[in-house]
Amino acid sequence: MSGHPSTYEPKTGFTKWLDSRLPIVRLAYDSFVDFPTPKNLNYWWTFGGILAVCLMTQILTGVVLAMHYTPTVDGAFASVERIMRDVPYGWLIRYIHANGASMFFLAVYIHMVRGLYYGSYKAPREVLWILGCVIFLLMMGTAFLGYVLPWGQMSYHGANVITGLIGAVPVVGDSIKAWLMGGPSIGNQTIQRFFSLHYLLPFMIAGVVILHIWALHVPGNNNPTGVEARKDKEGLKKDTVPFHPYYTIKDAFAIVVFLIIFAAFVFYAPNVLGHADNYIEANPLVTPAHIVPEWYLLPFYAILRAITFNIGPIDAKLLGVIAMFGSIAILFVLPWLDTSKVRSMRYRPIARQFFFGFVVAGLLLGWCGASNPDDPIIPMGEDQLVVTYTDANGLQATQTYEEYEPAAEFRDSRIEAGQEATIAIKKAPAFRFVHLAQILTLYYFAYFLVILPLLGLREKPKDEPASIHKAVLGNKDRAAPAPAE
Amino acid sequence: MNFLRFVSAGLGAIAVVASANAAGGALHAHGPEEGWAFEGPLGQLDMESVQRGYQVYREVCASCHSMRMLSYRNLGEPGGPFYDPEYPNANDNPLVKSFAAMDEILDTEPNDVGDYDYRPARTSDTFKAPYPNANAARAANGGALPPDLSVITKARHGGASYIYSLMTGYPSEEAISTVEIEAEVEAPAEGEEAAAPAGPTTETLIDPSRIEALSHGDHHYEGTLVQPVGQYYNPYMAGDTTAQWRGDPRHAPPGGFLAMPPQLTDGRVSYLDGTEATVEQMAKDVANFLQWAGEPKQSQRKSTGLAAMIYLVILAVLLWFSFHRIWRKVDH
Repeated sequence: MSGHPSTYEPKTGFTKWLDSRLPIVRLAYDSFVDFPTPKNLNYWWTFGGILAVCLMTQILTGVVLAMHYTPTVDGAFASVERIMRDVPYGWLIRYIHANGASMFFLAVYIHMVRGLYYGSYKAPREVLWILGCVIFLLMMGTAFLGYVLPWGQMSYHGANVITGLIGAVPVVGDSIKAWLMGGPSIGNQTIQRFFSLHYLLPFMIAGVVILHIWALHVPGNNNPTGVEARKDKEGLKKDTVPFHPYYTIKDAFAIVVFLIIFAAFVFYAPNVLGHADNYIEANPLVTPAHIVPEWYLLPFYAILRAITFNIGPIDAKLLGVIAMFGSIAILFVLPWLDTSKVRSMRYRPIARQFFFGFVVAGLLLGWCGASNPDDPIIPMGEDQLVVTYTDANGLQATQTYEEYEPAAEFRDSRIEAGQEATIAIKKAPAFRFVHLAQILTLYYFAYFLVILPLLGLREKPKDEPASIHKAVLGNKDRAAPAPAE
Repeated sequence: MNFLRFVSAGLGAIAVVASANAAGGALHAHGPEEGWAFEGPLGQLDMESVQRGYQVYREVCASCHSMRMLSYRNLGEPGGPFYDPEYPNANDNPLVKSFAAMDEILDTEPNDVGDYDYRPARTSDTFKAPYPNANAARAANGGALPPDLSVITKARHGGASYIYSLMTGYPSEEAISTVEIEAEVEAPAEGEEAAAPAGPTTETLIDPSRIEALSHGDHHYEGTLVQPVGQYYNPYMAGDTTAQWRGDPRHAPPGGFLAMPPQLTDGRVSYLDGTEATVEQMAKDVANFLQWAGEPKQSQRKSTGLAAMIYLVILAVLLWFSFHRIWRKVDH
């Protein structure tokens, strides 16, 4: 797969025969055994392997679940509970699958943030990054489709919100929406096509993962210094180690640590990442008080709801949809937005601070997504009471009060006078979740569209090490005083 | 290690997000004072309590609430309240068989001439449903549909604690008063008899300052809740009391109204094992039963979990040492 010359030598008669016909063993050997890998990769680089495990886990458990699942509006909810109760170890398989989605996203976010920090999207790895973005997009689609299948309240009403977004697209929106739902509303036909697509997309992900690994093996791994491994034989030997056993063992350790966290959720808190309302069977006539997506989609949900204003002829709803899809689309062009030649933020002191701000913004957007947008974060003043009544001329008038007693007295006096009067709350001004989400959304886009493009031209980076080998030795010098020679 | 710090920060963020979801207008649910036996990674259900809870369900809840995900056989399966190692097949368990046989159900299969007969339930049947369908259930309950209780502990924030709080959380007698209201009767037209006053002539008022659960914390609820006819106030029920509140609308009490009147009164059931049937005891037992019913495999889940965790931790330690041994000669 890479420019690195193959060192594979078939030893048995069969492997020699096979190698001249389909060099698949050579491919595996060159890619996963002998592949030269920078020797300074830290634990952030183990998430690629962790993600491969996540994908395989989801596919394997998903195939078994599909054997027992009934994709109908009348049968779906009960069939999921039947899996939990009557299928041998069905509870384990389903909990792994449901929590596995959360673990998959946890790992993919860490993997992406690692790429952002160490500049892994920069030349010559643009295609590698874009393929990763494609995987992320497919994952979001798959997760959304899968969340609909248990046919709980959040499944149904979440699907309503998401398909409603597509309906906001001008001209073609309604047709696409009807095509997705398989009819004018969400029903049996929707659950059947969502099931079909939920089974299809993971295999598309697997296909793109193969391309992703291929695109990784052409330029080779980036590393924490962002300095490329040297290409000459001597330099390559000093900068890299063969993938096996050095990184197979390190990845294996990290994967098992990750599995411990995974297992803690599956065995001890299997429902904590989900929403209780999804254990209520879907009922189109009862809308949950707060419709929220799964935690991993909350930041994007917050961006969607942050847009509460129209711009010119474009109304707020469509703008929200544009902002939400734009926040993902912008990742695809990131390699050309970041103008800095230096990959790793280790040597970009100013960009580094903006980067950590970006991570915090992402987490806070998740908080906004989970909260009611109108809830105050910082209240400014007390709520007041407004008495609305009809005055002597029969016109509607209002009086505002701080205290309840005088307000009630005034209302009662109006009523005694034969007029209508009611008390309502006038909310005090406050800094609300929607305001925080607006600020964070602005920062999210500014980070990609303003900060990274301008900073790359203006920032003075620190000196990068001459090579990975030098950087590694530098670490060692700092850790222990150099021995006298 | 940087890495672990980040992972823990990430998990912390998830916890924040998850708890943010739990916000609502009701009082935070709590369990019995002594806590739940099933809590924690090693906690297991108190099976005697689950057994008593089944009795409460049968004698109290089952007259309105169905449990369509449960079959009688589940009671005698491993992890179930009446599991008996002598009868590995729950369908042979005489206790379970007798529980089933006590209920008469309409056979789902037609008889020889094509009619549907009533027959005693078998262990393979699902719990007898109180109503043939949702419309019948609504008609019998003033328009409200009693929810199916199969997964109720998973379907409510707070789980078993929510059930416990709701069952014990109704206002006590001293907080409730009934007053006559002056009915506005139109003066009868000449030659007609006086019309009977329309609507109810009394209203039920609740004084939240006399509700024990609301007296904690800084809030003082000065005012009166007017209970709608056929509805009952409970501070643990999700909802909004503002419309029924006579008082400062900014300080309406938490909770909401539900169509289920208070069900548990001291001695409502006579426990077969002689336990005193206080309201708290019955609420705890039925919450334990519903906790089991929501996930009958939960004890298996925790015991499998322990084995899996031990295996994974040992594997991680072995891999850690292998990793260091393999890398010992490489600067990195």
